[in-house]
Amino acid sequence: MFDFVQMLVSGIASGSAYALMGLAMVIIYKTSKIPNFAQGEMALAPSFFAYMLIDSYHLPFYIACILTFGFSVFLGCMIEIIVLRKAQKSNVLGMIIITIGLEMILLGFVSWKFGAEPKSMPFPISPYDSIPMKDLIKGTDLIIGTLELFTFTIALILMIIIFLFFKFTKFGIAMKATQQNQVIARAMGINTRRIQMMTWAISSFVGCIAGLLVSSITLHPYMMWDPMLKGFSAAVLGGMASLPGSIIGAYIIGILESLFGGYISIEFKSVVSLMIIVVVLCIKPSGLFARHYIKKV
Amino acid sequence: MSFFKVENISISFGGVKALNEIAFEVNKGEIFSIIGPNGSGKTTLFNCISGIYKPTNGKILFNESNIMGKNPHNIAKLGIARTFQNIELFPYMNTMENLMIGRHIYMKTGIFRAAFMLGRKSFAAKEESFHREKVEEIMELLDLQSFRNRFVGGLPYGVQKRIELGRALALEPKILLLDEPCAGMTSDEKEDMIFLVQDILEILGVTILLIEHDMKVVMDISNRILAINFGSPIVIGKPQVVQNHPEVLKAYLGEE
Ligand SMILES: Nc1ncnc2c1ncn2[C@@H]1O[C@H](COP(=O)(O)OP(=O)(O)OP(=O)(O)O)[C@@H](O)[C@H]1O
Ligand SMILES: [Mg+2]
Repeated sequence: MFDFVQMLVSGIASGSAYALMGLAMVIIYKTSKIPNFAQGEMALAPSFFAYMLIDSYHLPFYIACILTFGFSVFLGCMIEIIVLRKAQKSNVLGMIIITIGLEMILLGFVSWKFGAEPKSMPFPISPYDSIPMKDLIKGTDLIIGTLELFTFTIALILMIIIFLFFKFTKFGIAMKATQQNQVIARAMGINTRRIQMMTWAISSFVGCIAGLLVSSITLHPYMMWDPMLKGFSAAVLGGMASLPGSIIGAYIIGILESLFGGYISIEFKSVVSLMIIVVVLCIKPSGLFARHYIKKV
Repeated sequence: MSFFKVENISISFGGVKALNEIAFEVNKGEIFSIIGPNGSGKTTLFNCISGIYKPTNGKILFNESNIMGKNPHNIAKLGIARTFQNIELFPYMNTMENLMIGRHIYMKTGIFRAAFMLGRKSFAAKEESFHREKVEEIMELLDLQSFRNRFVGGLPYGVQKRIELGRALALEPKILLLDEPCAGMTSDEKEDMIFLVQDILEILGVTILLIEHDMKVVMDISNRILAINFGSPIVIGKPQVVQNHPEVLKAYLGEE
């Protein structure tokens, strides 16, 4: 029982990082219809940017974080303006290739600038801090990692902000309109180009938070591959166009993966997410939470 | 001083001239109709006016300033709104939300349900209720109140057409482009729509450009008509003149 709860907790923590990566992908997918394979590296670059600020420029952690948020927003806007806006006439496959290209460029740049060996981010909470929970469940001494709790809390807050933003602000609603029918949104006076740009900015920001959270455990050029893959899996699981769907998908993957690792095999832990996807897509090809809208022809 | 004027615009698609030197002028407060056989370029003309297509030459003057080449959202902000030949609504939104999108250009804070978050007296809350009232007025005019909270997807065709019209009106346009507002309607719905169009002109003072295939409707409500065929203008004039013009008769009879 004790082991089970412990695994659940760590599954929820890693699920939180996946959820943020999944959200970041879905936000872009909904407005641009592009699965953004550069998402992981768009989170990687800001993490290393923060590391550089702290390590080379000796800025305090929190100030470095705030500057990094700004950097991630800037990066998102730039990628949209310089690359994707120009390429908009190309088809979806072309766009996918472009995002893969971007991914390699960012990865190459980070590897070249910082080297491949792991670094350690001077994160204020270390992976070894923990909060003992005596008798939370009768007769057990559950130990919750402070970092796990922190990751979960930050992810939760961010999700709530995103939800409120999309539901209640002028920009969020304009974004919904753009997602549903871009031509008409434009005819209604919505500057859809600006919406696209801000979509990339927001997504990049969400990814950046995920990157920073992951970097607290490990900081090296390939650190985002796993979270990115799981986030993408979660997004697909959720139907690719559903924000809550991708979050639920991410927690399903995080928890199942953790349980699988604990009870069956640590080596094959990472395979779980892909197995889940294969199974789900066989049973329900549109994902668990896709809304179906069949256009009359 | 002309209100709205199109000067010799042309556009081609892959070598085919969809519009060829189209020119006309619209007076404030009239219903100006565009007729022509299928594929003659009527919708293309609307797409050029609303900025979705960019004509290769010519000018489109609205209150004496050239709007050709501007982006659709800027043209909408200037006061030119439209509906579409095939209903184009936001499928995952209800009627109210669809119409509220039309208020987008007037929103400053745009924090919705602000009353619940920021308090009833806040600027955001007042702004929201102002826009809601505007939308309610439009819904009343178009008799849409009972569909307020219904998702638009499953509503009857005629109702969807009215919602689209309402969304365009929510922009408080000076010019309204209506692309076949009666298409696919029953004769009762058609009659209602004609009255509505006339109301919009009289009550809201909106100038109307209309594309319509039903000749009887067109002849009844238009002040003036432009007939085009294969993208080229045939004749502009009062309904009686256009109706009896030999080339118009030929274009229509030739089609059937
Ligand atoms: N985006 C486009 N790409 C290629 N050809 C186009 C495009 N838009 C319009 N056309 C062509 O321009 C011509 C005019 O089309 P348009 O839709 O304007 O006709 P219409 O007068 O509105 O016809 P209908 O009465 O059937 O609505 C057609 O031959 C059409 O195929
Ligand atoms: Mg047409």
